Amino acid sequence: MSLRIVVCVKYVPDATGDRQFTEDLTVNRDDVDGLLSELDEYAVEQALQIADEADDAEITVLTVGPEDAKDALRKALSMGADKAIHVEDDDLHGTDVMGTSLVLAKAIEKAGYDLVITGMASTDGTMGVLPAILAERLGVPQVTLLSEVKVEDGTVTGRRDGDTASEQLEASLPALVSVTDQSGEARYPSFKGIMAAKKKPVESWDLSDLDLESDEVGLEGSWTAVDSAAQRPARTAGTIVKDEGEGGKQLAEFLAGQKFI
Amino acid sequence: MAEVLVYVDHVDGAVRKPTLELLTLARRIGEPVAVALGAGADATAAVLAEHGAVKVLTADAPEFTEYLVVPKVDALQAAYEAVSPAAVLVPSSAEGKEIAARLAVRIGSGIITDAIDLEAGDEGPVATQSAFAASFTTKSRVSKGTPVITVKPNSAPVEAAPAAGAVEALAVTFGALATGTKVTARTPRESTGRPELTEAAIVVSGGRGVNGAENFGIIEALADSLGAAVGASRAAVDAGWYPHTNQVGQTGKSVSPQLYIASGISGAIQHRAGMQTSKTIVAINKDAEAPIFDLVDYGVVGDLFAVVPQLTDEIKARKG
Ligand SMILES: Cc1cc2nc3c(=O)[nH]c(=O)nc-3n(C[C@H](O)[C@H](O)[C@H](O)COP(=O)(O)OP(=O)(O)OC[C@H]3O[C@@H](n4cnc5c(N)ncnc54)[C@H](O)[C@@H]3O)c2cc1C
Ligand SMILES: Cc1cc2nc3c(=O)[nH]c(=O)nc-3n(C[C@H](O)[C@H](O)[C@H](O)COP(=O)(O)OP(=O)(O)OC[C@H]3O[C@@H](n4cnc5c(N)ncnc54)[C@H](O)[C@@H]3O)c2cc1C
Repeated sequence: MSLRIVVCVKYVPDATGDRQFTEDLTVNRDDVDGLLSELDEYAVEQALQIADEADDAEITVLTVGPEDAKDALRKALSMGADKAIHVEDDDLHGTDVMGTSLVLAKAIEKAGYDLVITGMASTDGTMGVLPAILAERLGVPQVTLLSEVKVEDGTVTGRRDGDTASEQLEASLPALVSVTDQSGEARYPSFKGIMAAKKKPVESWDLSDLDLESDEVGLEGSWTAVDSAAQRPARTAGTIVKDEGEGGKQLAEFLAGQKFI
Repeated sequence: MAEVLVYVDHVDGAVRKPTLELLTLARRIGEPVAVALGAGADATAAVLAEHGAVKVLTADAPEFTEYLVVPKVDALQAAYEAVSPAAVLVPSSAEGKEIAARLAVRIGSGIITDAIDLEAGDEGPVATQSAFAASFTTKSRVSKGTPVITVKPNSAPVEAAPAAGAVEALAVTFGALATGTKVTARTPRESTGRPELTEAAIVVSGGRGVNGAENFGIIEALADSLGAAVGASRAAVDAGWYPHTNQVGQTGKSVSPQLYIASGISGAIQHRAGMQTSKTIVAINKDAEAPIFDLVDYGVVGDLFAVVPQLTDEIKARKG
């Protein structure tokens, strides 16, 4: 029987670019290049490895995002995913994590799945809670923050390296997994992969395809409200000295002046 | 006055500092009711009372250790239903965020994560967050349901404010999802005797410039002279020179100490995301052009192998 894997990937503004907010306090997506969140590449990679080990598996990549978010799907397809779903709707603008997770849960159920894989956190919102929320909404076990993952005979196992302990986890499918950037380097798309990706199917769904009303998502339907966003003032230039034999002592003097010693 | 639930992070009854900070913040918006789960929960009451908890709800069951996250959500939900609080505050650890998030879904509430400050507002608590590697500061509110907010360590002072702290047993029934993810083995981390990275007042970090696991000794020696925690960049962690649990940055720990000292770290955006809110920043780097120098209060352009040991010796000498 085929193993149906859905990988959730987010299209995010490049972290090395000059990220800004717009007037309605949502993320400005026009002035910075977007890309597949680097942490979701690890999710795609683990999906590919799990699929390789399975007799028969199919990987669908799923994103909720604006028109340009197709780029994230193309990247995942060129890495080797089989098909893609793009949930796109003007009413989604400004959706918070509760709304996004609602849309993802509906889309995952519609697509059909045995295993959902996500990244550990997006590189823009960086909440790191969407995976747990999605598991709650789908009513399946959460096997999250894994640095090692394996799927065998309908069971997923993995290692979670936490603050106080490293834990070995086990759950039956269907389940939701999130993987960290310790799970193994993500592969680069090959030229062949990039060419093949152009022919792979990308479905577009909107809110009506998911039986969702516009007031359940977007800025209006949001469970949270951002009142203000202020750019942090640039740090005032600090003192910089060149070490000419006394650098350590000079630094100690500074630390003493600040009462750290 | 409205009650505010505070989720207690503790290890066998020893309450971790971020929880005491939460009690300070909780008092700004109401009367803190603490929820302590697992082995040693009863033992947390004294310190929680000393810091303002009017009540401490406790529960222990094997489910809390044998299964992942969800049993704790069931318990927090039971506390929520018993108290009907004005807000729920949870420390921003990996597990804390997951517990808070699932609770928010269940009670139909919005969630704010990684708040760095909290104040009372006309329409409920207002949270300050730091976005895009601390280049922006935002103020947000939960607009639907009971605010569920996770707060980063080092976001508030720990203040004594003695309160009753009466211990009450919390009745918890575990739902069907509670036993979904089994913890089949657990290897506790060995304690280094140094302060916990996210809670430390001073963090001393080393990067690729440290150039080898054996050289991390000089970073540790500096840390020990200051009573500091040791951090590392991902480059140093990926090279196997230091454990991943000490990584500072976007995919490591996020720290906000009084003093952060970076040695042999260039200051890539992902590293900055985890330390940019530190109060005082110091860097030692041989490259005067390294981006870390844009952040510093004091920087030394020089070889860390000369500067760091000299600094350590000088600190020891001054401390006598
Ligand atoms: C600076 C900033 C602060 C924010 N603060 C809040 C807040 O406090 N409360 C709130 O409710 N919302 C907040 N949001 C909005 C929230 O980030 C988005 O709704 C987002 O889609 C979900 O959160 P995340 O991206 O941080 O997810 P994370 O939980 O960090 O992401 C984990 C994983 O979920 C998957 N995923 C996330 N989004 C998508 C998507 N659109 N499509 C497919 N897969 C996805 C990916 O696999 C990703 O690796 C904030 C956004 C920004 C930019
Ligand atoms: C998705 C993603 C997540 C990431 N998450 C993190 C994260 O959580 N934390 C993190 O740190 N990085 C993270 N990174 C990696 C990050 O982009 C950088 O690669 C990393 O921070 C570089 O580490 P570094 O500064 O130690 O090394 P380098 O950038 O190589 O810098 C080394 C510095 O040491 C200096 N140096 C060398 N020798 C000496 C000497 N003898 N004396 C003094 N100075 C010397 C050099 O001048 C240089 O500036 C992430 C990357 C990605 C893509």
